[in-house]
Amino acid sequence: MPIAEVPNLIPALPELFMACAAMALLMLGVFQKAVDGDGAVAAARLIANLSVITLVLALLLVWTVAGPRMETFGGLFITDPFAVFFKVLVLIASALSITISRDYLEMQGMARFEYPILVLLAALGMMMMISANDLIALYLGLELQSLSLYVIAAFQKDDARSTEAGIKYFVLGALASGLLLYGASLVYGFVGSTDFQVLAAALQGETGHTPSVGLIVGVVFILAGLAFKVSAVPFHMWTPDVYEGAPTPVTAFFAVAPKIAAIALLVRVMIGPFGDLVAQWQQIVIFVSVASMILGAFAAINQTNIKRLMAYSSISHVGYALIGLAVGDEVGVRGILIYMAIYVFMTLGAFACILCMRRGDHMVVEIDDLAGLSKSHPLVALAMGVFMFSMAGIPPLAGFFGKLYIFLAAVDAQLYTLAIIGVLSSVVAAYYYVRIVKVMYFDEPDQVLDRPIPRPIAGVLAAASVLIVLFFAFPGPLLAGAEAATAALFAG
Amino acid sequence: MAHFPLLSLVTFLPLVGAGFILTIRGEPDVVARNARRVAMWTSLVTFVLSLFIWFNFDNSTAAFQFQERADWMPAFNISYRLGVDGISLFFVLLTTLLTPVCVLASWESITERVKEYMVAFLVMETMMVGMFCALDLVVFYVFFEGVLIPMFLIIGVWGGPRRVYSAFKFFLYTLAGSVLMLVAMLVMYLYAGTTDIPTLMSYRFPPEVQIWLWLAFFASFAVKVPMWPVHTWLPDAHVEAPTAGSVILAGVLLKFGGYGFLRFSLPMFPDASVTFTPLIYTLSIVAVIYTSLVALAQEDMKKLIAYSSVAHMGFVTVGAFTVTVQGIEGAIYQMLSHGIVSAALFLIVGVVYDRMHSRDIETYGGLVHRMPGYALVFMLFMLASVGLPGTGGFIGEFLVLVGVFQVNTWVAALTATGVVLGAAYMLYLYRRVIFGKLTKAHLQRITDMSPREVAVFAPLVILVLWMGIYPPSFLDPMHASVENLIQQFELARAVTEGVALAGR
Repeated sequence: MPIAEVPNLIPALPELFMACAAMALLMLGVFQKAVDGDGAVAAARLIANLSVITLVLALLLVWTVAGPRMETFGGLFITDPFAVFFKVLVLIASALSITISRDYLEMQGMARFEYPILVLLAALGMMMMISANDLIALYLGLELQSLSLYVIAAFQKDDARSTEAGIKYFVLGALASGLLLYGASLVYGFVGSTDFQVLAAALQGETGHTPSVGLIVGVVFILAGLAFKVSAVPFHMWTPDVYEGAPTPVTAFFAVAPKIAAIALLVRVMIGPFGDLVAQWQQIVIFVSVASMILGAFAAINQTNIKRLMAYSSISHVGYALIGLAVGDEVGVRGILIYMAIYVFMTLGAFACILCMRRGDHMVVEIDDLAGLSKSHPLVALAMGVFMFSMAGIPPLAGFFGKLYIFLAAVDAQLYTLAIIGVLSSVVAAYYYVRIVKVMYFDEPDQVLDRPIPRPIAGVLAAASVLIVLFFAFPGPLLAGAEAATAALFAG
Repeated sequence: MAHFPLLSLVTFLPLVGAGFILTIRGEPDVVARNARRVAMWTSLVTFVLSLFIWFNFDNSTAAFQFQERADWMPAFNISYRLGVDGISLFFVLLTTLLTPVCVLASWESITERVKEYMVAFLVMETMMVGMFCALDLVVFYVFFEGVLIPMFLIIGVWGGPRRVYSAFKFFLYTLAGSVLMLVAMLVMYLYAGTTDIPTLMSYRFPPEVQIWLWLAFFASFAVKVPMWPVHTWLPDAHVEAPTAGSVILAGVLLKFGGYGFLRFSLPMFPDASVTFTPLIYTLSIVAVIYTSLVALAQEDMKKLIAYSSVAHMGFVTVGAFTVTVQGIEGAIYQMLSHGIVSAALFLIVGVVYDRMHSRDIETYGGLVHRMPGYALVFMLFMLASVGLPGTGGFIGEFLVLVGVFQVNTWVAALTATGVVLGAAYMLYLYRRVIFGKLTKAHLQRITDMSPREVAVFAPLVILVLWMGIYPPSFLDPMHASVENLIQQFELARAVTEGVALAGR
């Protein structure tokens, strides 16, 4: 047996491709002649476009290597339909985030080639997280993602709020990573492995009797670290500040891609290696879910800044998704998958609308600035209305179906209280979503927002709203994808 | 016509019209004119198509007719399924009739954002027709809740001064009621393994589960009906909504609740329905008497009619829960006649509101001298609302009272006081608005109804008289379905009581 066997690279092909492409683009950016002015903007635009192409190619690669479960790198890396489902979402979210950010960055004079490359690296980290089959691999992916995110949170480096957002995110993020790592070390100490399969096998018989306290503490630490990443209550404190302070396109990216990756990770870790400890972690997840839904619903009511409002909204959405994890069976996980897929498009669409909020050369982010949008920008207002009603869960829009499958899982598992708290908090949340519709449609404008809206944003808006509106007519593909992904997770 | 998807066509044709209106571009005037015309033609064609449902309806069977079925979410055993029976048939027709009436009624009174207005109305028509035709819980819920979006916008964008408050109140009240029903639907789905409504009607839920399911559905339907004490959104919404919005709200949306009781609560949860019948009776009697007295004290015409709606819907809930042929048919009939009469009354207020921009009774007086035609139409619908024999209102109230007397004399006696009180507040309203001397200066030049307004009222006048003079046209198609509903109900009760006796 040779000392260093070349591992099977096929399963990790998309990741390898993205890593190489990101470095190549970095070289391309560094060796641009122009440092300032139009040349730099043109270079940034070129690299942004190339990054989008890279992401699309990676998407195709993910699609190509998709298939049954495959492990490589000595079992550290896994690809299965579950991973493919989330990778597709992450790649779409990242590509769309770069697309809608271009005009904003150019206008704010911060069009630099590093931005799309950082997004690419973050997306790469997320894909590693999704494919992690070992606590160490998980941590590597998480850190690659987090470090890229810390930098882009502070990307508007002349702006105190953006810098503050970056620092805040970094300090708290590092703390969460520490918690996670500490939990992983406890688990390793008490079970003797970091490999998910070995852990699952070792914990197989634990359902009957109480496992050791050290192991439970380890699992709780891991859960806390991941709860921070998905911004679930009580680890949500950073979310509103970071969302508000970070440049809007960065917020849009934060609101979707890292959340999806972290949810995927959370589901894989909890259902996979710690699946037999469900009795130990279920109550924690239920608490986190209920607290997120309620806090997300009530704290958003008084917000006047739309980015802060979206932050609380994302907290409550995570609460709904976690209902599926609290249920912990196939129905629940399938609900999560459907919910997150719909969430991506609603949220990106809503942020595309927020990126249209521009007067002169500066952005406005107060909800009242949307007043009279239905008269000045009827189509943008219509799209935003669709996203808001969808987030509120009003049929026939897609958001309703996301909630439907989640609540179905809760009722199926006889967690009636959870389901009832969920639906009632969705009514409270409906109030603030509908308030945005009210501002757009019922109030008279005092100052009109600029027009026309940039073409890439218009494209994303149109696509997202059509998807959200017509989901009810063609739910088949998403349901089938979620079904296959869930089946793969539970088979493994 | 066996395989022709008539119901889907009636349901989604308005949506096609709405999509077409959205594509209209050009000068604001031209857009407005074309939007009105497209909306009018779409809703008229929809109405004519819906008449075919009636003409081809088989009166002799209780089964669902014109059924359509398509796979929707096969993994969950949820399918798109439509059909009508004797209970839902006339609600579909009521909806398709009132929509063109509303479009015509807003021809001149809506001048801003006409395009969006017409789109909202047509979308709403799709939702309402779909709701009455749905034979699958999820399809039903989608349509049931989907109505909220257009109605919220109609109240909020084209409504009166307090429109924002009213629109929010309407939206949140109804949403809060409905989400509990959603949870109950999921519970039903997991018990029965299907969301198919006809299958669920014959599925027997355990009595202790029925109680919770019934309460969850009640939360939703009681808000929609609306029953006392959750009726407070209605006066606000009615007062602030534009005329046509009030018409649809009173004419069709309020029927969602009554229809829901007949489609879900009674057939699916018979044991719980029996348990809660005293609750229904009590709340309905309070609604009939209390809201009638409140109506007597109103100074705002729309508010008065809104409160009278709550009182009239009290008859509906009492009638439905008697589970007698007369009671249930009376409840349906009362809903239909109320759909037409209250719609007409709101239109009547709209006529003078368009001229004087005031809904206060104080503003008017002696209108008969300048507007004799108007006074005549007003009188007809006022008397229909009171329940004068010869009008549709009489048949409904009479049948309900006949049904209640068979079950409980006290309930019947108390309900009957509503008829007297109804006469009191309606006649009082009529006297103050129409009779007396025409002394107010601003009324000296008020004009009688225009040909367009006459055209709005003509179909409603014909119908209300038809319903009063020859009710079999409407009662015959519903007969088989109502009989079947009662039979199934008795059967289910007999089984439960048999089990209870055997258990002793």
